[in-house]
Amino acid sequence: MVPFIACLLLFLLGLYAIVLKRNIIKIIIGFSLMEYAVNLLFAFIGFKQGAIAPIITRLGMTQDFVDPLPQALVLTSIVIGLATTALMLAFAMRIYEKYHTFDITEIRRLRG
Amino acid sequence: MIELYVLLVAMLAAAVVAIEIKDLLAAAVSMGMVGFSVAILFILVQAPDLAIVQIVVEILAVVFFAAVILRTTHDDSTVQLRITSRMILPAVLYGIFVLMFVAVMTSVLRELPVFGSPLMRVAGNYLAVGLNQSGAANLVTAIVLDFRAYDTIGEAVVLFTAVVGVLTIVRQIGRKADAGEEHA
Repeated sequence: MVPFIACLLLFLLGLYAIVLKRNIIKIIIGFSLMEYAVNLLFAFIGFKQGAIAPIITRLGMTQDFVDPLPQALVLTSIVIGLATTALMLAFAMRIYEKYHTFDITEIRRLRG
Repeated sequence: MIELYVLLVAMLAAAVVAIEIKDLLAAAVSMGMVGFSVAILFILVQAPDLAIVQIVVEILAVVFFAAVILRTTHDDSTVQLRITSRMILPAVLYGIFVLMFVAVMTSVLRELPVFGSPLMRVAGNYLAVGLNQSGAANLVTAIVLDFRAYDTIGEAVVLFTAVVGVLTIVRQIGRKADAGEEHA
């Protein structure tokens, strides 16, 4: 139960950064933290006490594996997280080039 | 499993540092520490594939952050200790969300299987027939590339779209010169 609660705390920390921080880089870090929290929660849900990683090493013997399905789902999600983070960072860099600040309250000229 | 709890605490502490520190480069490095803690946690919960991918992705993410920050500015000028009127509405909304989130999560956590004993209703079949049907000894790979290959195609499309977006935004040629002049 404690690992799940730690994941939820990390999720709330990331959301705090997104909602209350004014610096764009901090907001992107908040997105990354939320993504880590969800990935970690999935991996924790699939964990089985005393089991081994889901890789078959000995044929014909029944081995005790952890749940491979959450791991398969998270595997692609991690890579996509990197791609979206890179996209957000590219936006942030262009915004800085134009407005010379990362402060979202200073970027008011976006309006028409 | 004491190392798991130590790592969780270190991860949360690094997350707080990453959000609150004034220097943006230090914030990016702290975010890297969160990511590497996640990678080690993946190893502890028997997910070596995830750990490998997480380490590679985390290195790339910190490099991207460092590249952007070194090209722009280190300093987070928005860090301030006093409370301004502008912060009240988001803070109140965030507080309301946290209350609702905690209320929902207390009931969700009661429904979730206990940590260390998953349901494995779907995965049990994959474990039983995975090797014979897909020929892959690594069952995670068997699921990604065989049983759930359509999911993987969809995710590849998302990945491709994001990469195309990055390349479109960061390329040097385009209408940058005159568009920048107008608003300067």
